[in-house]
Amino acid sequence: MSWESIAPLLREGLLETLGMILPASLISYLIGMPLGVLLVITKKDSILPRPKFNAVLGAVVNFLRSIPFVILIAMLFPVTRFVMGTTLGTRASVFPLVISAAPYVARIVESSLLEVDRGVVEAAQAMGSTTWQIIYKVLLPEALPSLINGAANSVTTILAYTAMVSAVGGGGLGATAITKGLNRGRKFYPLMYAASALLVLMVQLINVTGSRLTKRLDHRIR
Amino acid sequence: MSAAAPLIEIRDLKKVYTNAGGEVVALNGISLSIGRGEIYGIIGMSGAGKSTLIRCLNRLDTPTSGTVLIDGQDVLRMDKRTLLQTRRKVSMIFQQFNLLMQRTVAGNVRYPLELAGVPRKQADERVRELLQIVDLGDKHDSYPVQLSGGQRQRVAIARALASDPEVLLCDEATSALDPMTTQSILALLQDINRRLGITIVLITHEMAVIRQVCTRVAILDGGSIAEEGTVDDVFIHTRSVAGKRLFGILANEDEPEENADIPALRVIFDSADIGRPVISSLIRKFQIDVNILAADVKRVGGKQYGQMLIEAPADENLKRQIIDDLTRQGLKVKEVYPK
Repeated sequence: MSWESIAPLLREGLLETLGMILPASLISYLIGMPLGVLLVITKKDSILPRPKFNAVLGAVVNFLRSIPFVILIAMLFPVTRFVMGTTLGTRASVFPLVISAAPYVARIVESSLLEVDRGVVEAAQAMGSTTWQIIYKVLLPEALPSLINGAANSVTTILAYTAMVSAVGGGGLGATAITKGLNRGRKFYPLMYAASALLVLMVQLINVTGSRLTKRLDHRIR
Repeated sequence: MSAAAPLIEIRDLKKVYTNAGGEVVALNGISLSIGRGEIYGIIGMSGAGKSTLIRCLNRLDTPTSGTVLIDGQDVLRMDKRTLLQTRRKVSMIFQQFNLLMQRTVAGNVRYPLELAGVPRKQADERVRELLQIVDLGDKHDSYPVQLSGGQRQRVAIARALASDPEVLLCDEATSALDPMTTQSILALLQDINRRLGITIVLITHEMAVIRQVCTRVAILDGGSIAEEGTVDDVFIHTRSVAGKRLFGILANEDEPEENADIPALRVIFDSADIGRPVISSLIRKFQIDVNILAADVKRVGGKQYGQMLIEAPADENLKRQIIDDLTRQGLKVKEVYPK
């Protein structure tokens, strides 16, 4: 295969991939972030103790996280069809991506918020902060560097998931590598390698950006 | 010192923790009155319950039973809204400072003003004022990580003062600081108490802290108050065992004895009222050399406390005579043998 024939296919795959990870990441955070906050503040010794609620939420999150993504996609077919109108294509794959990534994001956010010193939260309580003020003035800003780092990991994970979406007719760089590359025989292997290399490059980019941002935003570093 | 109506009144406060091992009684019926304008010290060994006690005053900890009145208001039974308002009038500083690490010094001090809804411009002015009070005017834009421990505690104090509190609770506020820094923080607290009329309640395990700044003191032991009174009174006429042990004036008789590698006599001065020097009289009376192996004796209020380890004579008869002589003088003597 010549570069001239690979390039447009790569471009198409890249755009499809971006078309999946951007909305999927965004929606996963819109759902996962509040869930992560809830997981933290409803713990037994935290600022809004609701141990039963916490246990149920934790169980749901764990359940969704423990189902292999490929199986989850298949299980969700009927729901996906109902919500998105179709089960094929990049648009449809955003739904299972979110269902799988939101609980992951919730755990990542949870672990970032748990890093915030208990004493600082206590000081905020002693100053008469409301629960909501502690969340947006203490927990989130104090955990910001770690949240950014976590976001880089989450997006990377979502990117890895998008590659699997191709297995069920999703599209994106994963599909470029498998259906347009691997499955069409030796002649098309260069396309598979090129698409994979592009995926690797994207992961690197996300992680480098994430860790640079983390460092720059962290005022605990002198 | 205590005014007619105390600012803080604690009545029969109990706190029982339930854990896997059963019930732990942290506070066992504490009653205290703290007057307006006082610097009230609560001292005790670790595990005595002092941290639990101070945390019950602003309901960071919920007691099992009892009453806490601040300015006549029942802290433990007030609704959430009133509690938040009360907490703004009862500030707190901590051993580990507990500053927001992602905010500048100014941002930290501004925090309580944000809670109170003070307009930004007015808040900024107040922040500068507060930083002047704690002598950190030049650290306005620094981050806590760039400050020393003492400076961090000053920021915490400025932050605590921002809401114009009536009470400042200090939870081991100097325990993480070196002695010099402790001095300057204590001086600052005293200054705040005098100039701003803020009542201070502090807990500590260091007797020097109490002695230096407090007007009154309560000694906490095993969740109960062992004794309470003005600092002078409690120090000079220490009555409780906990107090004596805390001030290091009660010989600890269970102390491990590995420091005696030769046969020795442990002479215990427990509030002994002796006018003359014990050791030199021993030397004269028995015509012997007295080898002092270790000594830790303090004079408090004209009495001697502590203990001394002296080499025992090889002659068994002489040793008996010495023990008899010291015992007659009101000292306790124990024979110590190397292991």
